[in-house]
Amino acid sequence: MSCSDYTNYSEGEPIADTRAPDGPLETRWERRRFAARLVNPANRRKLTVIVVGTGLAGGSAAATLGELGYNVLSFCYQDSPRRAHSIAAQGGINAAKNYAGDGDSVHRLFHDTVKGGDFRSRESNVHRLAQVSTQIIDQCVAQGVPFAREYGGLLDTRSFGGAQVSRTFYARGQTGQQLLLGAYQALSRQIHAGTVRMHPRTEMLDLVVDDGRARGVVVRDLVSGEVSTHLADAVVLATGGYGNVFHLSTNAKGCNTTAIWRAHKKGALFANPCYTQIHPTCIPVSGEHQSKLTLMSESLRNDGRVWVPERAGDPRAPRDIPEQERDYYLERLYPGFGNLVPRDIASRAAKTVCDAGRGVGPGGLGVYLDFAEAIERLGRDTVSARYGNLFEMYQRITDEDPYEVPMRIYPAVHYTMGGLWVDYDLRSTIPGLFVIGEANFSDHGANRLGASALMQGLADGYFVLPAVIGDYLADGPFGPVPPTAVEDAEDEVRQGIAALLAVDGDRTAESFHRELGRLMWELCGMERSEEGLRKALEQIPQLRGEFWRRVKVTGAGGQLNQELEKAGRVADFLELAELMCLDALHRTESCGGHFRVESQTAEGDARRDDDAFSYVAAWEHTGGAPVLHREHLEFTAVRPSVRSYK
Amino acid sequence: MRYTLRVWRQRGPEESGGLVDYDVDGISPDMSFLEMLDVLNERLVLDGEEPVAFDHDCREGICGMCGLMIDGVAHGPERATTTCQLHMRHFDPAEPIVVEPWRAAPFPVVRDLMVDRSALDRIVEAGGYISAPAGAAPDAHAVPIPKADADAAFTAAACIGCGACVAACPNGSPMLFTAAKATHLGLLPQGQPERLSRAEDMLTAQDDLGFGGCTQTGECTLVCPKGIPLETIATLNHDVLTAALRGR
Repeated sequence: MSCSDYTNYSEGEPIADTRAPDGPLETRWERRRFAARLVNPANRRKLTVIVVGTGLAGGSAAATLGELGYNVLSFCYQDSPRRAHSIAAQGGINAAKNYAGDGDSVHRLFHDTVKGGDFRSRESNVHRLAQVSTQIIDQCVAQGVPFAREYGGLLDTRSFGGAQVSRTFYARGQTGQQLLLGAYQALSRQIHAGTVRMHPRTEMLDLVVDDGRARGVVVRDLVSGEVSTHLADAVVLATGGYGNVFHLSTNAKGCNTTAIWRAHKKGALFANPCYTQIHPTCIPVSGEHQSKLTLMSESLRNDGRVWVPERAGDPRAPRDIPEQERDYYLERLYPGFGNLVPRDIASRAAKTVCDAGRGVGPGGLGVYLDFAEAIERLGRDTVSARYGNLFEMYQRITDEDPYEVPMRIYPAVHYTMGGLWVDYDLRSTIPGLFVIGEANFSDHGANRLGASALMQGLADGYFVLPAVIGDYLADGPFGPVPPTAVEDAEDEVRQGIAALLAVDGDRTAESFHRELGRLMWELCGMERSEEGLRKALEQIPQLRGEFWRRVKVTGAGGQLNQELEKAGRVADFLELAELMCLDALHRTESCGGHFRVESQTAEGDARRDDDAFSYVAAWEHTGGAPVLHREHLEFTAVRPSVRSYK
Repeated sequence: MRYTLRVWRQRGPEESGGLVDYDVDGISPDMSFLEMLDVLNERLVLDGEEPVAFDHDCREGICGMCGLMIDGVAHGPERATTTCQLHMRHFDPAEPIVVEPWRAAPFPVVRDLMVDRSALDRIVEAGGYISAPAGAAPDAHAVPIPKADADAAFTAAACIGCGACVAACPNGSPMLFTAAKATHLGLLPQGQPERLSRAEDMLTAQDDLGFGGCTQTGECTLVCPKGIPLETIATLNHDVLTAALRGR
């Protein structure tokens, strides 16, 4: 409801990560773990930790903190922690195991990730991620995650975009599901043991901050509608990304920004909000009714070949177009990586050919992903073993058989690299508020490599957070929270709910969400320009104003009310969208998933401006014009270069 | 296209419900079943009526949150398909479509088409895991696992926990769900130490939660969106029997 002035911002003090030790990158994590204070086992049960979200990051964190003996309260909006959206990740999880013997190493994974992120991530965090990656695979296998195996019984791997080694472990096209079930089972074991208390169908609506520390959350029970507060010594947000600001994305319908946005409004800085990942291989939109977009795993690019007709507007069916009249544009433009270029590059290339009128399918918004050559080379059975479930999913949705006709794909919003700012210990700028997984900004820079989201979520949850949270909790327990702090936070939430119900207008929350999404996709999507962003910054406040005049929410607050849930989430998206556009406007360079048309090379590739923009943009909420705090990025182990995948 | 729906409306677990007829217009064959319900709900909201509550989330057939009884069949007429992946091209506009919630005593209706399936979580909590605390794992290649075993474990592990098996079973038994977890973990070397206790503990929990017993009617596997095979139930029974014979 706040009326911010987002066409403007002011410069604040620089910000720095003070928790990563200096000295050699290779030993920083070891030294930090050693320096971090511990909490003795008898004291851990006196300390309460709230974990919001039960995806790979939140589920693994809650389980592991429970194993360590902390008193954990876990929350999710779904009816079971097993349903968090990590479950939908298809392709795989990266780890520097070098089981393929193809030259992989921790340093190479680190290097690929920093480069893939277009030199906009923090070296120390990324190096730790690469180090921890190998432990994740060990942990998951021990839990019984059924990764794909070779006939000799050893683990199989495959390649993903942005890498020339085979380091991606997978479980058919359901890797996220199997990893999440591993975390869910570990969590279930702790629930049974009584260390974790689970609150499903419960949504966090605000953060309780007292005496400068995050001390709890205000939640709404989605079944009864009751608003209540849970207090703790630390709060961990593992609430995922905000891709649904675009309405249509590969995120689940319920994914939202509410938890991190409200924490931002309580003082947590929001870093790089404009860094959005558009995934190149999704099933194209089929009509106005579309409620979400379905991803087709990037792993398909291992064997599928991307092409469009040479000639614009070619009306022929794909199989009638002869080989020499097809343009395998990724192979042509990027012979070094071919169909396996990183996501941002593949997405923009698809947009470029479609803008040139060479797109296929309804509205010309699609390119072919063709398996004919792979089926001939490998046989239908092998292709089916690798991708069978994805082919079925495609056929179910489009009514077309990808064994016979090429798939049609188009880019769609998939992941947000931005999120709440955290330091090396995953602490936000509010003491006691930790942020893990996609909800933070830390590891992927301006573009995330495929199969790295699962890696980061589990690294944060199983290994990083449990190793460093003790350093904060060693000062606890933090004593009682005054009842007034709780009442104030609850009152604010109740007023917000009452305000949504009071409008009683003539438009659904969904219609506003759709309109916001179209606006963001057009003006803050795959390509951004100063003109477009300024237009967006004018239109978003108008749309928000209209929302608060015209939204219609039926029913009451004290009951199950899915319209109310949706309206609250859309209201927050309407605020976040503005910060995203401001961030995109201020960053006049192109980098990774952020492509400014004014900053491109003669070939149309992204042109970074390291002198001006080698920093993390961490935004402070003021209620008026936001304040920008810069975290300067230092590169000691990898020299920023022009990303080349040719 | 225009469809007639007969939708179960029920305000809460303690209230009685009934079927209410709705006409929905402007439906295209490419819409999913849930997108068709979205159209209905947006109209209801604009008319000032409360929309039909139903569970859904990922809308790509993997989270297991959606699940409707459509014309008496769990997840509707298409085999191996969740409700969110079911498209309107499979429905004849001339026939009314009856939409109901899952029905089983341990799945109380929350509202309209939403039910409380948390009993399934209780079954997993009773033992559906391998006890392997974070940080204690040996190298992933320490124990090779024959591909056939890994593949069979995967087939069972594909269960999405939607509860269609329970809804379809005349006894209201979650045996396919429980057996899928027992089989997934029981086929792997890591799962051996707890194999028998796991099977027994989950089965006991299932009985204590008020689910019915399994009489192998096989309705469950027919509606299972992931095609979990009936053999998994034999594996679970084998483990439970072995446990009994060993006098655990």
